[in-house]
Amino acid sequence: MLTMIGKRLMFAIPSLIGVVIVTFLLTRALPGDPAAYFAGPAATKEAVEQIRKKLGLDKPLIEQFFRYTNDLAHGDFGNSLTTGQPVAAEIRNRLPASAELTLLGLFVSIVIAIPLGVLAATRPGSWIDHLCRITTTAGVSLPVFFTGLVLVYVFYFRLGWSPAPLGRLDVFYSAPPTVTGFYLIDTLIARDLEAFRSALSQLILPATTLAIFSLAPIARMTRASMLAVLASDFVRTARASGLSPSTVIVTYAFRNAMLPVITTLSMVFSFLLGANVLVEKVFAWPGIGSYAVEALISSDFAPVQGFVLTMAVMYVLLNLVIDILYGVIDPRVRLEG
Amino acid sequence: MKRRDFLKSVTGVAARALVPAPAIFSPAKADARSETLLIVSEGGPNNLDIHGVGTNVPGYEVSWNCYDRLITHEMKSGPGGVPYYDRDKFKGELADDMKIDDMSVTFKLKKNAKFHDGAPVTSKDVKWSLDRAVSVGGFPTFQMSAGSLTKPEQFVVVDDNTLRVDFAKKDRLTIPDLAVIVPCIVNSELVKKNASEKDPWGLEYTKQQTAGSGAYKLSKWTAGTEVIMERNDAWVGGPLPKIKRVIWRMVPQAGNRRALLERGDADISYELPFKDFQEMKANGKLNVVSLPFSNGIQYIGMNVTKPPFDNPKVRQAIAYALPYQKIMDVVLFGLANPMFGASADKATEVAWPQPTKYSTDMAKAKALLAEAGYASGFETTISFDLNFAGVNEPLCVLVQESLAQLGIKATINKIPGANWRTELNKKEMPLYTNVFSGWLDYPEYFFYWCYHGNNSVFNTMSYKSPEMDRLIDGARNAASTGDKAAYDSDVKGFVDLAYKDIPRIPLYQPFVNVAMQKNISGYQYWFHRRLDYRALVKA
Repeated sequence: MLTMIGKRLMFAIPSLIGVVIVTFLLTRALPGDPAAYFAGPAATKEAVEQIRKKLGLDKPLIEQFFRYTNDLAHGDFGNSLTTGQPVAAEIRNRLPASAELTLLGLFVSIVIAIPLGVLAATRPGSWIDHLCRITTTAGVSLPVFFTGLVLVYVFYFRLGWSPAPLGRLDVFYSAPPTVTGFYLIDTLIARDLEAFRSALSQLILPATTLAIFSLAPIARMTRASMLAVLASDFVRTARASGLSPSTVIVTYAFRNAMLPVITTLSMVFSFLLGANVLVEKVFAWPGIGSYAVEALISSDFAPVQGFVLTMAVMYVLLNLVIDILYGVIDPRVRLEG
Repeated sequence: MKRRDFLKSVTGVAARALVPAPAIFSPAKADARSETLLIVSEGGPNNLDIHGVGTNVPGYEVSWNCYDRLITHEMKSGPGGVPYYDRDKFKGELADDMKIDDMSVTFKLKKNAKFHDGAPVTSKDVKWSLDRAVSVGGFPTFQMSAGSLTKPEQFVVVDDNTLRVDFAKKDRLTIPDLAVIVPCIVNSELVKKNASEKDPWGLEYTKQQTAGSGAYKLSKWTAGTEVIMERNDAWVGGPLPKIKRVIWRMVPQAGNRRALLERGDADISYELPFKDFQEMKANGKLNVVSLPFSNGIQYIGMNVTKPPFDNPKVRQAIAYALPYQKIMDVVLFGLANPMFGASADKATEVAWPQPTKYSTDMAKAKALLAEAGYASGFETTISFDLNFAGVNEPLCVLVQESLAQLGIKATINKIPGANWRTELNKKEMPLYTNVFSGWLDYPEYFFYWCYHGNNSVFNTMSYKSPEMDRLIDGARNAASTGDKAAYDSDVKGFVDLAYKDIPRIPLYQPFVNVAMQKNISGYQYWFHRRLDYRALVKA
């Protein structure tokens, strides 16, 4: 097992090097001149040049690249110009915010989508199958920012049930001391139940928004994969042997149908983590998606590079975890060590 | 715990959290709420020190409230009775007394003034701060030079409480330039302790925390999320502010900012779409203040170095073809001062901005275009800054439609905010819309930057005219020597010339819009257009 993990990580190294080079070149190829941007509206040409020198952008590209990789090797991702903070610290602070939101969204989504998919597969053409089809189609065709805004409008503005969409905590609470970076866990560790309640109520709407969006791939994949498995020989055999329907479906069919679902889950998770920019914008969520986009808009190189690199590392790790999970679920695909 | 029990308890908690929670849990929180101002805006600061590299406009707001200057402006009653800074009247902030001589000005500092860490404010700190402003380069140094403040030798320590500023030359803008945001007084000992050889002015330190003597001090800053400031109870720069604590949250979604205001959760917000402001004004639940930008104009600019816009007739034709009133109604919902359509017999005033005599007249535009030899029109592009797409995009679409009637085919070119300055600097865009406003509210200041032949960044049209330069220089000289007659005739002269040659077509004077709860009062308009927390009161 360990040798397999080691091997997989070894294979990841060339792709990470590639990512470093490509992001460096891509950010440099972006239109826009950070020096002119940060010199401010009232800058003269000389002022722009002064800023360029301060930012080290007057050096040849190759020298900039070596300086960048050298900093990376020392764990220094550089400084963001828009927020003025070190990128590594920003990503460390913001990644848990995005991860907490995404995990909760995904959890809600799984809890609804998998039973829905299984039920739809066992009774194709029934009302529950149609319900599954309608909810997933609606969920995937409504843009996330729209769902988010509608939820805010109904549950905050109209009904007043939900707290103001002002980020992770109510304005008058202070953040719990950081242990995991997940407020739901940290507030419990700090035994601050009011803050826990505030953090949870802030999470509900954005997590629901994400869940609605991610219902479709999970439910559809569960249904399709269940249908295929239910039609296979071993299920017929199991049925013929007189096993109860629940044993057939849960023990035999569902476990075999899990593989494609797990793959979809990993895709959905990584996609949500990076792409929930719009949800983060709507709910003023201090996550990494909105951070990266804002940096991109202002040609702020360092955060964009840091973001892409972080995402690349996460993809590598996620794929590894999925491969290991495969082996656990289905011994036939266990990878050779 | 069984899985089912776990799920049950989780859904139970979730359901409870959804139950309308009372906004206030305890009397202590209620107090906190009534003494706290909650501001929501789109963007936040990237640097707390205006002397820093690339400090953005929200950063200016922190500097303004957390640092003091030697002097500041008095207030007067502005449009609609809203307090408006008085361009011509100054009062001491850190200075007790200001004595202006022929070639210098001497400031006496308030004796009991202290920095946030308790150190007394001395004239050494003042000199160090002003030296810093003229030495760090970039925007602060540029702004100081606008008032002829360029060299550290100009700032002389007389004794512990007295500082003299020597004038490099006579310039009417020197004193006003000491009251803008840039010449803020920094705790020199504290910052020097945290400076390094590479960073002699300690910019890295003041980027993250405030080191001033101002009415507010920073208690927490999470970049891109929130800024929290507490009142400095030992402030001597003016009467003690009423607001104890300011929480400034970044809410990127404009619709949510409006919802927060209308639900009464946020106290004050700006940067909303004009349509929202206009609707909020109409429904009367909130106070909406709309005031014109001082010395600011949104305009259509043309590159006068290249055909077809090198021909004044073409420029005049465009000026007659713009859909001015439509822009006012559809794009701005009436929230701006028109800068067009003055009656033909109206005399030019000694004031800026003032309306042109152009108004939409397609027949005249067609005739002028034919005279210039472009009867069948031409092709061009019209560019705008995507950062202000809310206004710029519909505006450019209207202009495009209007020009199409003259046979001019204008393609719209949207330029990302990061790229806009670079493009302006290149001075190659044939036709574009932009906004300019000067901190110092003097006509000759505006014209010096926007029309003078020394071709500054803001002379985006590359306009050059010896006559214009003569008038602008004349007005600057006349202002410094106090020759009113010459000044008046020069100002009128350059306004007339600018409107005859029309390298840029003024559209309107934009408004700064601020929406606040009914219980918030004391809003003041400042040249920098950001909030001054010191005067705000929450009832």
